[in-house]
Amino acid sequence: MDFNFTEEQSMVRDTVASFLQDKYDFETRRKIVASESGWRADYWKAFAEELGILGASFSEELGGLGGGAIDNMIIMEEFGKALVIEPYLGTVVIGGGFMKHSGYAGAASVIEGIVAGATTIAFAYAEPQGRYTWQDLKTTAKKDGSGYVLNGHKAVVVGAPFASHLVVTARTGGAQRDTGGVSVFLVDKSLPGIVTRDYPTVDGGRASEVYFENVSIPADALIGEEGGGLPLVNKVLDEATAAVGAEAVGVLRKLHEGTLDYAKQRKQFGTAISNFQVLQHRMVDMFIELEQAVSMTYMATIKLSESDAERAKAVSAAKVRIGRACKFVGQNAIQIHGGMGMTDELAIGHYFKRASIIEGLFGSVDHHLKRYESLSFGPASGKAA
Amino acid sequence: MNLDFSPEDVAFRDEVRAFIAENYPAGLREKQEEGEEMAKEDFLSWHRVLAKKGWVAPAWPEKYGGPGWTSVQRYIWSEETARADCVPILPFGINMVGPVIYTFATPEQKERFLPPTLSGDIWWAQGYSEPGAGSDLASLKTKAERFTGDDGKEYYLVNGQKTWTTLAQHGDWIFCLVRTDPTAKIQEGISFLLIDMKSPGVTVRPIITLGGEHEVNEVWLENVKVPVENRIYDENKGWTCAKFLLAHERSGIAGVARSKRGIERIRQIAQTELGDDGQPLLSDPDFKRKVADLEIDLTALEYTELRTLAGEAAGKGPGPESSVLKIKGTEIQQRITELVLEAAGHYGAPYFRGFPKDGDNAHPIGPDFAHRAAPTYFNVRKTSIYGGSNEIQRNIIAKMVLGL
Ligand SMILES: Cc1cc2nc3c(=O)[nH]c(=O)nc-3n(C[C@H](O)[C@H](O)[C@H](O)COP(=O)(O)OP(=O)(O)OC[C@H]3O[C@@H](n4cnc5c(N)ncnc54)[C@H](O)[C@@H]3O)c2cc1C
Ligand SMILES: Cc1cc2nc3c(=O)[nH]c(=O)nc-3n(C[C@H](O)[C@H](O)[C@H](O)COP(=O)(O)OP(=O)(O)OC[C@H]3O[C@@H](n4cnc5c(N)ncnc54)[C@H](O)[C@@H]3O)c2cc1C
Repeated sequence: MDFNFTEEQSMVRDTVASFLQDKYDFETRRKIVASESGWRADYWKAFAEELGILGASFSEELGGLGGGAIDNMIIMEEFGKALVIEPYLGTVVIGGGFMKHSGYAGAASVIEGIVAGATTIAFAYAEPQGRYTWQDLKTTAKKDGSGYVLNGHKAVVVGAPFASHLVVTARTGGAQRDTGGVSVFLVDKSLPGIVTRDYPTVDGGRASEVYFENVSIPADALIGEEGGGLPLVNKVLDEATAAVGAEAVGVLRKLHEGTLDYAKQRKQFGTAISNFQVLQHRMVDMFIELEQAVSMTYMATIKLSESDAERAKAVSAAKVRIGRACKFVGQNAIQIHGGMGMTDELAIGHYFKRASIIEGLFGSVDHHLKRYESLSFGPASGKAA
Repeated sequence: MNLDFSPEDVAFRDEVRAFIAENYPAGLREKQEEGEEMAKEDFLSWHRVLAKKGWVAPAWPEKYGGPGWTSVQRYIWSEETARADCVPILPFGINMVGPVIYTFATPEQKERFLPPTLSGDIWWAQGYSEPGAGSDLASLKTKAERFTGDDGKEYYLVNGQKTWTTLAQHGDWIFCLVRTDPTAKIQEGISFLLIDMKSPGVTVRPIITLGGEHEVNEVWLENVKVPVENRIYDENKGWTCAKFLLAHERSGIAGVARSKRGIERIRQIAQTELGDDGQPLLSDPDFKRKVADLEIDLTALEYTELRTLAGEAAGKGPGPESSVLKIKGTEIQQRITELVLEAAGHYGAPYFRGFPKDGDNAHPIGPDFAHRAAPTYFNVRKTSIYGGSNEIQRNIIAKMVLGL
């Protein structure tokens, strides 16, 4: 048993942490969020060139530094601590994940673009009607000559305003909610017929509604097997969920730490409020939630390479605990800060907002509990599958 | 025990319903439906309609301008206004300072302040909290020193800072707790002072909250000259008024009728929003269970409130039991906002405040209810903090009710 990180991994953590400490303090982050573009393209370049972290999780054969999911976990946790806006999750974890697992012919060159900081990716998977059922798709890709024509509407595509490319799920066959007939495409965002409506999100990010209106895409845009994309989507989204769990851990650490600090210095009734036992116990419970979230993030990350069923179960178990931790730690951090917790000025509220969005990202607590139940006990009907 | 409405009560309910249907300002209803933020005029327009009718202060005694309703009638009133989504009547004048004035003030003060409070001509702000005095209200530091003016009249010179002052940006007057005797035991040197916010030395600065709202403010008081005749009740006895007001503040805070309306809204939302299985959310067993659980908790709160009301009808003022209503009421309000955010799914994330409203972006995206789901969820965290935090309420119950 070994929960220690390798020397390379520790180095990745230190590099990221020290960059963010210098360049991504809360005031800087606030300015980034309020800026016209909503992100720092020059920081992204620095992630690529100065820090080299965009390649950390790719194997050497694919042009990376030889790491994997643990590197993503480490980086995402640090990003969580600084509330980083830049699209590591969409580009490296998700976009890169599709490249790693699909046997896509152009994978090496796409990864080269990612590692160099030239290619940025957003994942257009959710639709207005679909909630957390990823195969519920009205978006279609119809065969047209050697290529396809895309039509449809994708909801709340996080990071799309910063993206050069979109990974898009679409139906090439089957009915709206069939598990078969789902295909995945890598689409250049500048193609004619792609219309986006960009907007900010409550947690400081940017997203778009993306509309495809008869967008012609070439045959080689298809990632993986035509009509057989759902298992691939599930795998990549599981990796993304584990990564966002790691981000949550970073966020929760700051919420907890910030609350302890505040409670120790805030005086009421002639004493630091940290002396009130009811608050002590609350902060202990927050600590317990945090520690459980850390454990589950490690567990899920380690199990990403197991069988589909094992991996899915591990990730859902983790997301249930992490979702609950986000709510408990987030709400109590605000409560213990009293009126100060309600202000836009303090960082604590912004961590709470990110935690609240992570709670529902890639599936709510209920969604993942149900998924865990069905993986663990079989389908709810009781009929043998 | 009999909880049925009498025929008179039913008739009253119908009268109220008809009055709201005819008189609730149409523009306000639209704004409410759009989920827009209310401007000062919006709050006041409904206030004025009710003031004219004599219905703006249901709990006030008739001799001061109350409608003389029974507690059942008041209950019906709050049910009906919530049912119709009426904008709330701001509590600072009607529920807070008004009762302090008619209970503790001199006849001249009553004559001077009660009519404009009823009519809406005075917009009141509550100047209790200070940066160092939140839960520990009695440790407040704002100083009021007595002096004789050039005109030979008695004044207080007020210096200090109030904070978290809700909607003070619109305020005409602020009621403040100030320290008039720094040497006395902390609760004993406090006075209750009414300050004209147009006085020189009063500065209001906005505090922006989590959901992006400008709802609270800092109020700075620098050498503000306040006539002694603006003090309510005896000098150094302001704590009596303060505590009286707090109990009233709490009793209004349960918000049962509004929470009922909130749950009804969740049911409506969950009939059209789809769950994971492509069926309406309301058929999702987990979601349904949470709504049911909430309804049951709200029913328990409702009956607890009814018991308190019955107690009040029998002549008991709101006591420390009102802390139960505050704790449960605010927890339920918070859970409602959690469920709305959950129902919004992906569309809980978009944020439109201050976003350019021109061109293509003018057309909103996602379901209408979702636009305010997250900001409201963030904003409503305040309810367990203000009005005496829920921890403080539990301390009060422990001490005053359980004798611990
Ligand atoms: C099944 C069982 C097995 C046990 N096994 C062992 C054992 O193997 N070895 C051993 O040494 N002891 C053992 N204990 C004893 C156990 O450690 C004590 O019961 C426990 O420490 C509580 O002490 P008490 O019963 O005196 O309750 P009290 O200390 O009187 O507490 C009563 C209640 O007040 C609460 N309370 C007390 N002080 C505070 C405080 N400062 N703040 C907040 N709440 C407080 C407690 O949580 C409890 O709810 C066992 C007890 C049980 C029930
Ligand atoms: C949106 C909003 C609007 C407000 N509007 C007004 C207004 O119009 N006028 C006005 O005067 N005030 C207003 N307030 C202030 C409000 O009443 C205070 O925020 C509240 O009393 C808590 O004080 P605090 O913020 O200083 O928190 P603190 O007192 O610093 O409390 C911090 C935390 O410690 C806990 N705590 C403190 N003491 C104890 C204890 N003894 N035991 C256990 N836990 C404890 C609290 O419960 C809280 O969780 C408003 C506040 C908000 C957030």
